[in-house]
Amino acid sequence: MNPKTPRQQWMATLARASRDEIATLLGALPEHEVLKAPETGTVMVEGRAGGAGRRFNLGEATVTRCVVRLPNGRMGFSYALGRDHGKARLAALLDARLQDEATDGELAQGVATLAARQAAARDLASRKAAATKVDFFTLVRGA
Amino acid sequence: MYVAVKGGEAAILATYDLVAEARRGDPAVPEISVAQIREQQALACARVMNEGSLYDKDLAALALKQSQGDVIEAAFLMRAYRTTLPRFGSSQPLDTATMAIRRRVSATYKDLPGGQVLGPTYDYTHRLFDFELMEEEGQSAIDSRQSELAAADDCRLPTADCLDATMPRVPDILGAEGLMETEEPPEGDPRPFDLTRDPVSFPADRDVRLQSMARGDEGFLLGLGYSVQRGFGGTHPFVGEVRVGEVAVEFVPEELGFAVDLGDVTLTECQMVNQFQGSKEVPPQFTRGYGLVFGHSERKAMSMSLVDRALKSRDFGEAADYPAQQDEFVLYHSDNVEAAGFVEHLKLPHYVDFQGELELIRRIRREREERLAQERDAMPEAAE
Repeated sequence: MNPKTPRQQWMATLARASRDEIATLLGALPEHEVLKAPETGTVMVEGRAGGAGRRFNLGEATVTRCVVRLPNGRMGFSYALGRDHGKARLAALLDARLQDEATDGELAQGVATLAARQAAARDLASRKAAATKVDFFTLVRGA
Repeated sequence: MYVAVKGGEAAILATYDLVAEARRGDPAVPEISVAQIREQQALACARVMNEGSLYDKDLAALALKQSQGDVIEAAFLMRAYRTTLPRFGSSQPLDTATMAIRRRVSATYKDLPGGQVLGPTYDYTHRLFDFELMEEEGQSAIDSRQSELAAADDCRLPTADCLDATMPRVPDILGAEGLMETEEPPEGDPRPFDLTRDPVSFPADRDVRLQSMARGDEGFLLGLGYSVQRGFGGTHPFVGEVRVGEVAVEFVPEELGFAVDLGDVTLTECQMVNQFQGSKEVPPQFTRGYGLVFGHSERKAMSMSLVDRALKSRDFGEAADYPAQQDEFVLYHSDNVEAAGFVEHLKLPHYVDFQGELELIRRIRREREERLAQERDAMPEAAE
């Protein structure tokens, strides 16, 4: 996988964030135009036979998308698993705002905090799993 | 043939009321919430997502609530809902090597790069009832556990480091030695066949078979997988690896032109390793069966991988004498929504059909009696 651009990274973080987290980060709703109202559809999820072989269709997943435009013309997009229309619109607004903001801006830092929280949850889950690491002994048959 | 019937609206509407009452059960018992089903019946939700062929935990929980826990009815609700949604496109193929591992075991190697991780499993439980679960957890217990969680920081698990960020898939380890059948994309990495869009024809290619099994009935595939193990198929498998965890789904929207990470899905993957004696063209090697399913669904992933290998018989020049080796049999009968529809339609009114059959059988009997009577008349002495 190619390293992610900052925009890909914040979109990934927003896709995993809750609506409340995004709403808190965005604060008051900025003036905007909804170009594509939040819409739920599906994406067909593909796997590969054996993990690395021939592609096949595993099944679909619900996805919600939204496109907004700020008064300065900047467009914001949101694509995320699930069916949360409110979250889609707020995430699209953040995507638009973040594109105009410096990398150390307030919103960017807020997204970084969300990303850190997600990473911490992931680490905790990983360490809980690691606590179940096992070394089985093999007994010699007939000994 | 089924002939449509009309009428019965009042009675049918009354069944809606009655089913709502049956679903609710004793009104003195608190109603179950969709969130409770999603969080506390997650394995049932996984089965509904697989057989409904739609990943959405909330909808799976809703489907289970609405169907009173009838998994096939719940899968049917998912399938029906799916048909109302536009398809935005297809994801990038998932990379299960990047899975955030919650469980990963191998029956072939004791010492694996990345280690064996038991994770949340019932494998080592005694299957004794835990009667403490009969007691409802009070709010005070919930509060105290939450405050405990909040108080605990990163030192809660002092001895456990995080697992490796990527763990090699076990067959790839054997593959490096050349002892394993390779799994490579065909020339040009073609788009997979989609059986929800195009009719299936036989012999079916592997992409069709895998899609069909991923949405197939767990019980049916379990039975077929078991039949293979018991000798109706003759494979001798090892679990190369079972892994469970979260994998990011990436999608490239046309208007953006770059991959957007849509979030994580929980998956179970099984790599089954089988013997193969070799042929004129291929030296003896291990062959593979593959299973990949939504959610934590090991039994399903393992069954799928057994049947996947059995269905490769033809590719290896093996006899295909048993049900699990016959793609038409497996693919046409594994879909439980279709199967339930055809089996259960038998209970709908077939009055016209049956009247026809009734008349036919009466006529045949009448003709038979007339014939017998004629024969008796022709041989009066034999009757005496």
